[in-house]
Amino acid sequence: MSDMSKDGHSRRSVLKAGGVTTAALAVPGGVAAAAAPPEGTAPASTAEVTLTVNGRPHALTIECRVTLLDALRERLGLTGTKKGCDRGECGACTLLIEGERVKSCMTLAVMEDGREITTVEGLARGDELHPVQEAFIRRDAFQCGFCTPGQIMSAVACINEGHTRSCEEIREWMSGNLCRCGCYPNIVDAVRDAGNGAGR
Amino acid sequence: MKPFDYARASRPAQAVDLVASRDEAAFIAGGTELTNLMKDGVLAPGLVVDVSGLPLSDIELHEGRLRIGATARMRQVADHPMVRERFPVISEALLASASPQVRNRAAIGGNLLQRTRCGYYRDVGSPCNRREPGSGCPAIDGQNRQHAILGGSDHCIAVHPSDLAVALSALDSVVLTLGPDGRRSIALKDLHRLPGDTPHRETVLRHGEMITGLEIPESRAARNSRYLKLRDRASFEFAVVSVAAALTLRGRVVTDVRLAFGGIAPRPWRSAAAERALRDQPLTDATVAAAGRALVRDAEPREHNAFKVELVQRALADILSDLGGNR
Repeated sequence: MSDMSKDGHSRRSVLKAGGVTTAALAVPGGVAAAAAPPEGTAPASTAEVTLTVNGRPHALTIECRVTLLDALRERLGLTGTKKGCDRGECGACTLLIEGERVKSCMTLAVMEDGREITTVEGLARGDELHPVQEAFIRRDAFQCGFCTPGQIMSAVACINEGHTRSCEEIREWMSGNLCRCGCYPNIVDAVRDAGNGAGR
Repeated sequence: MKPFDYARASRPAQAVDLVASRDEAAFIAGGTELTNLMKDGVLAPGLVVDVSGLPLSDIELHEGRLRIGATARMRQVADHPMVRERFPVISEALLASASPQVRNRAAIGGNLLQRTRCGYYRDVGSPCNRREPGSGCPAIDGQNRQHAILGGSDHCIAVHPSDLAVALSALDSVVLTLGPDGRRSIALKDLHRLPGDTPHRETVLRHGEMITGLEIPESRAARNSRYLKLRDRASFEFAVVSVAAALTLRGRVVTDVRLAFGGIAPRPWRSAAAERALRDQPLTDATVAAAGRALVRDAEPREHNAFKVELVQRALADILSDLGGNR
């Protein structure tokens, strides 16, 4: 039981918490490898899509040019996912699609029709924070907090992927998330804690 | 982003037909490049055809050739055990690219077709011959620290940003395409054009022609291959200079060497001259230095990038020292 922290969170429960599954590890390549042959759609400037966000399906009629990030924030009111650079350079908009971390500013909502999306709002269970969220608080891993949702979503995936064996490895595999306040040392500590099952 | 029509293709041939049917049509797979270019107004396709779900993502070894489907994601290829063992330079180049989030999404075909990171190209407020033929090239007398020292022209000195393309170039890779006129195989070294006086014509692909996959021949050299990327920060940054090298030795004598360079030219820069300087020679400080000199013999540095002439030779010496053991 050495991998269990005192409240019973094991590394496995860190991975499983908040409905974030390890499916992406079991199937190399995840979404792309597992996808069924696509159903074609005819050219149109709007589309009917269903985005399943944190387990809840949302049917939307949406302009095809709308990014997943904008659809979540502007149409579904899920503003936890942040819009920083809107060019894939800062990582503030990181979320999970089918368990894999992606930058939601760089994909169109219409391309994610039918996919399972997990945002920072989907991590906690009621009042019980996700172990990665707990670790960020315990390690004081933010100042202004704007990059934090993206950092946390990226960290959840980073732990799932097994890239937390050293601080150096964490820094490399968290490099897609920038923090203007410069909280990197504490972010690395938080990710290492959560990866070790010591999230709280 | 300007409005556009979107269609999801169910078969490769349908995707080709759709794009070929409209002048201002583009393929999208990972989306990590096209979405940015559309937001910035660099590209404004009227039709975007989604090929991400097409069954073109397999990675397999077939009769001594590695085949990678065009919609395989960067991460899939980088992580693949066979790629890591037999073509390490490919895995290393991919892992040195972008960020984990982007690598989860960006497709292999699109990686080769990504556009230059030249700031003037990306800024629609600036002239740029690549984006707007005939408008001029502010980089030639402007901010050109990131720009080409080889292969540029008076019309454009932008560099190609793909790390993967550099690795593939070193391994004599072939690009497989499907277009309105059927299937083609194009040597990777011929895929990207040098700018000359038509920098806006970036590749030899025709409108509607889609990359469906890659083929990379197995070799002893490919097994002993590496990628070295030098950049302004340690991670998540484009190359200032990079080298892909594959090497086979008999004793200390070079029997096979393939060298390609990134960050120094408008396309992945395979250097036959540098390879000639090493082939059938002992691997020594002197022969490595001669290879470096051969590489940069025709270099045309600009005001802010002359340092690349020295840096790329040092990068070459470093990677050969690594691959060849102690000299």
